Amino acid sequence: MKPSPFEYVRPETLDEALAVLARDPDESKVLAGGQSLIPMMNFRLARPERLVDINSIPDLAGTTTRDGRLHVGARTRHLTLQNTDLPGPLGHLLRRAAVNVGHLPIRTRGTFGGSIAHCDAASEWCLVATLLDAEMTVRSAARGERTIAAADFFQSIFTTAMESDEILTSISLPSLDDGYVTGISEFARRAGDFAIVAATAAVQVKDGVVTDARVSLGGVSEVPFRSTAAESAMLGQQWSPELVATAAEEAAAEVDPPSDTHGDADYRRDLVRALVPRALATTSPANR
Amino acid sequence: MSGPLSEPETWTGRALPRLEDPAIVRGWGTYVGDVAARDRGCLHARFVRSPHASGRLISITAPAGVTVFTAKDLHDVQPIRAVLHRPDFVAVDTPVLATDRVRFVGEPIAIVIAASESEAEDALDLIEVEIEQLPAVVSTAHAIAPGAPLVHDVEFPGDPNTVVDGRMHTDGFDDAFAGAHRVVSIQVSSARQSAMPLEARAAHAAYDRASGRSTLHATLQMPHVTRTGIADSLGLPEDDLRVVAPDVGGGFGAKMTLAREDVALVWASRRMRRNIAWIETREENFLAAWHSREQVYDVDGAFSADGELLALRGDLVCDVGAYCCYPVTWGVEPLMAMAELPGPYRVREYSVRSRGIITNKCPIAPYRGVSRPMQVLAMERLFDVAADELGIDKVKIRHANLITEFPHRSPSGLVLDAASHQETLAAAVELADLEDFRSRQAAALAQGRYLGIGISCFAERTGYGTPAFAARSRPFTLGTEQAPVITPGFERVILTMDPSGTLTLRIGAAPHGQGLKTTLAQVVCDELGLRPDAIRVIASDTDQTPYGWGSFASRAMVIAGGASMLAAQELAERLRVLAAERLGGLPVDIDLVDGHARVRGSDQPGVAIAVLARDVYHSSHLLPDKGDPALEAVGVYDPSGTFANACHIAEVEVDPLTGRTVITRFLVAEDAGRLINPAIVDGQIHGGIAQGVANALFEELIYDDRGVLVTTSLMDYLPPTVAEMPHIDIVHLETISPASITGAKGVGEGGTIGAPAAIANAISDALKPFQVGVFHIPATPHRVRAAIRSGTDLHVIPLAVPTPEPEKEAQR
Amino acid sequence: MSSTVPLRLYVNGDRHDVEVEARRTLADALREDCGLTGTHLGCEHGVCGACTVLVDGQPVRACLMLAVQAEGTMVRTVEGLAPDDETLHPVQQAFWENHGLQCGFCTPGFLVLAAGYLEEHPDAEEEEMRDVLSSNLCRCTGYQNIVKATMCAARTMRGESPEVEATP
Repeated sequence: MKPSPFEYVRPETLDEALAVLARDPDESKVLAGGQSLIPMMNFRLARPERLVDINSIPDLAGTTTRDGRLHVGARTRHLTLQNTDLPGPLGHLLRRAAVNVGHLPIRTRGTFGGSIAHCDAASEWCLVATLLDAEMTVRSAARGERTIAAADFFQSIFTTAMESDEILTSISLPSLDDGYVTGISEFARRAGDFAIVAATAAVQVKDGVVTDARVSLGGVSEVPFRSTAAESAMLGQQWSPELVATAAEEAAAEVDPPSDTHGDADYRRDLVRALVPRALATTSPANR
Repeated sequence: MSGPLSEPETWTGRALPRLEDPAIVRGWGTYVGDVAARDRGCLHARFVRSPHASGRLISITAPAGVTVFTAKDLHDVQPIRAVLHRPDFVAVDTPVLATDRVRFVGEPIAIVIAASESEAEDALDLIEVEIEQLPAVVSTAHAIAPGAPLVHDVEFPGDPNTVVDGRMHTDGFDDAFAGAHRVVSIQVSSARQSAMPLEARAAHAAYDRASGRSTLHATLQMPHVTRTGIADSLGLPEDDLRVVAPDVGGGFGAKMTLAREDVALVWASRRMRRNIAWIETREENFLAAWHSREQVYDVDGAFSADGELLALRGDLVCDVGAYCCYPVTWGVEPLMAMAELPGPYRVREYSVRSRGIITNKCPIAPYRGVSRPMQVLAMERLFDVAADELGIDKVKIRHANLITEFPHRSPSGLVLDAASHQETLAAAVELADLEDFRSRQAAALAQGRYLGIGISCFAERTGYGTPAFAARSRPFTLGTEQAPVITPGFERVILTMDPSGTLTLRIGAAPHGQGLKTTLAQVVCDELGLRPDAIRVIASDTDQTPYGWGSFASRAMVIAGGASMLAAQELAERLRVLAAERLGGLPVDIDLVDGHARVRGSDQPGVAIAVLARDVYHSSHLLPDKGDPALEAVGVYDPSGTFANACHIAEVEVDPLTGRTVITRFLVAEDAGRLINPAIVDGQIHGGIAQGVANALFEELIYDDRGVLVTTSLMDYLPPTVAEMPHIDIVHLETISPASITGAKGVGEGGTIGAPAAIANAISDALKPFQVGVFHIPATPHRVRAAIRSGTDLHVIPLAVPTPEPEKEAQR
Repeated sequence: MSSTVPLRLYVNGDRHDVEVEARRTLADALREDCGLTGTHLGCEHGVCGACTVLVDGQPVRACLMLAVQAEGTMVRTVEGLAPDDETLHPVQQAFWENHGLQCGFCTPGFLVLAAGYLEEHPDAEEEEMRDVLSSNLCRCTGYQNIVKATMCAARTMRGESPEVEATP
């Protein structure tokens, strides 16, 4: 349970990091919080020849609000988001999601961008990014900066649209207005475990009618899953408990989940049916 | 709510903070990894392990510069062999490193030595192992099917791959069974579980060129037996090997079995004349450090109309894996199951078959509770199902069948000493307030919430010495050859008072977290009128302690405690004789109190024990009794065993949509006899229940159909955290039994034994509206949800038995 | 042996100048290079928490952090909790008095986790502490006395009596 040997580089600037990464991108890995990468290296499931530690680069951490969007620096720690005083439905969702990320000693090190780049289909941040159509800003030495929409970013298990010479620098999320309500519900075997299934939701209700509905599901496919069936079932409808139940049924019917030792496809479908209403319950106008 | 109400006047009975703890809480403990970390020049070992469940080892190749030893290098090392002397027992050898065959994923094939752990793992990556895969047997059903591949090429007296096949049938069974009002039949089963001590296995072998001796520091429960086993394997006189178990990071049974790796490590250290450490990884620990509990019991209870259990039949199957553990053998689970299935219940007629069946999986070894969690699950589910079928209250049916007269001889020949089965059930039921629960349950159900309550009664055999282990084998007589069987049991201690009047107690038991040094000090000090800080307990070092069997099977407090009390009484008697001479009066008139010997009833200050001690050594020519010029006593105790007993009650809430069970309340009425240290007793109960909760709801070692273990990390194998544990309330009853001279009964395993059944019964109670019950553990959320969804009981889903292929026969 | 780098670590207020491979985890560097063996390794994949130490006051898994990443930080281990050899930290004292440990292997991780959190949040309630303590695994105690000890320590650290008033 000791990592293979590697070269360790700790650049002081982003440009320097990109230059180092560009030397041999396929054999290099970016080290952010290390809470997923280091265990994989300890098991020797990952054997990078070079680690580019981005923890000394200024400006990669922290959040700013600009142009109606929240920009989250890729190296922002989970704990920072758990403690964010950002008001409104987005702040609520970030805090609620963060407390579900592992345990305290994981949240002190692990990062928002690290989770997004790792692309685990059950990760809270990947779900939030999918739910809110986040935009990922990535950068390479050769091609400069580009922005990738969440729908294009998460491609398959542990695989994103990023090239190996790119570093994720920030993620932007829409600052939801107060007409929205947000929620997350997940099912894990023990406190702090990866969710078997997780659901996040953001719903805008005006005069009792659903004007925007977003539902994303984790643990049901290779990447976080936007349930368009649940969303379209709710859009334009009168908000009611029955509507929530209908959305849950639509979501459960839409997914085609995998089976493993924690549960088969039928069980995961049952969890979708159970969790979508719980995520939406925290979004219900009554709970605002 | 536990513990005595007033502070006792003796050391025994106090919740004394442990003498072990101040160093540990400062981080000054010494575990094996710490011995290795402090030995700057030591080499490190890793093991090449089989990736296949069954195969023929063709070749092992390593590049130049890699230090690796294989079975070929160890050709003069004897295999490990543990046997029982009984006709149904099949013995096999366990090679220290795999020779021509591999039999489970994780089996050690070669030992690699390098300068550091990292470099040993680098070297591991460079070694190529060629294995011709052979068909693997992954389930007991497959193992005993005609034409199944054989895990070992030996003669099986009965079915293939059957290594233990115990049977018992009482004379009146058939009539009683046939005449019963109703026969209730159930099948219960448990997944494989790992003891999973937080410190995985670890060893550090040092070689001393000057003396030619080896010192093995290893994380062990049986240092002396380990020394015997390694010495036998390596052909060494035992004196050439010192075995030390320093601080041990949990054992739970898993560290009483001789590790092949430890033998290989000592061999390599002697071969290279270097110090070498092996610190097992968590992944290796799951793969190769012993499993347990993979059992299926078919049980039929023949009941009278009023709920009396007239006859009990059991067909008990234990998957014991690929090799036979040393010293207690792969008979440990099936034979325990057979002997103790009836538990605390009066079972006059009994018919049982109990089998150990081998498979291409990690070998089983003892783990806290050994079969009894399953026995209790079987009996307690049986009574709940019978109560429902017969329309009898679940408490009443238990009261009607629990033993009331002592000593009680069970149908398997066990003698149950004085206990309080009826009283603990009554006490737990009172604490639970069943009437209140039923009204809360009904109110919750009206809101769509599912609450349940479950009861479990059990007897925990503890402190059993040589007679109990001897009963596992046919009697044999000693001849000129070595006896065929290792029969554990006694404990021996040496208590010495030095010239300053302080005590050293050397014990053969080997504590690993139980606080035994504290509790033995409490027992000894009461006999001698000294304070516990006046005694040093030395354990777990073969150079410093008398031969003993170690700590396992809830035995140390009873047996080592009894031996310590005997030694202390002998020493006290000598001090009284010496004091009587000086103070006048008879020895019986002397009290040993507060470090002094005084004439009872006298207001004279008496004589300090330290003065008596000094004079024994320094003025021995004046000793009035002309006795030994030393203060030393040997205590030996070898009891036949005593049964602790308890009743557990669990309250749960089940989420019907996700299948999650939350334990909302856990109650224990415990009778462990006299409590030497109530805090330690409660700690054992709490910790035992946590492992029972794990067995009931969380932990499961899962093999795929090719025999590959898929749960090799703590992300897949799920010990509960504090968030999953209920608060536990304990009440104590105290039955003092003559079967234990200290009055203490063992309490190490009870929590683990009783909790799974209470939880399974509670979930089944909660699921009653769905008409499904729990018959397999762990009752994981997905299984509970599947039971609710399908409306069928939660049972084990057996692996399909592959169709036999004729050519496999030819491969034998 | 692959190349090593010089590294200066500050642990429990002491400076340690060591040479480590880049792949050395902080846990291994503390144990092997700094001689601080109180930090234990139970799983080396970040689940059990036996290796928990404080880095700049925050609890981290020392098996999931490289030693070179600890450069420029202040590390605190179980050996650095007590103010001196005669006095225990309130959390250590409470674990001892409340039988909060058995085999002791997980204990340093729990002590560091609880002490670090209570020093920052002395008013933490039991529910909050249970959530924090759920970060680590103990195989012996069933956690009941760990929770009890932690809440006793919290009261001591707030200057209250460690014993809880019995409710009638």
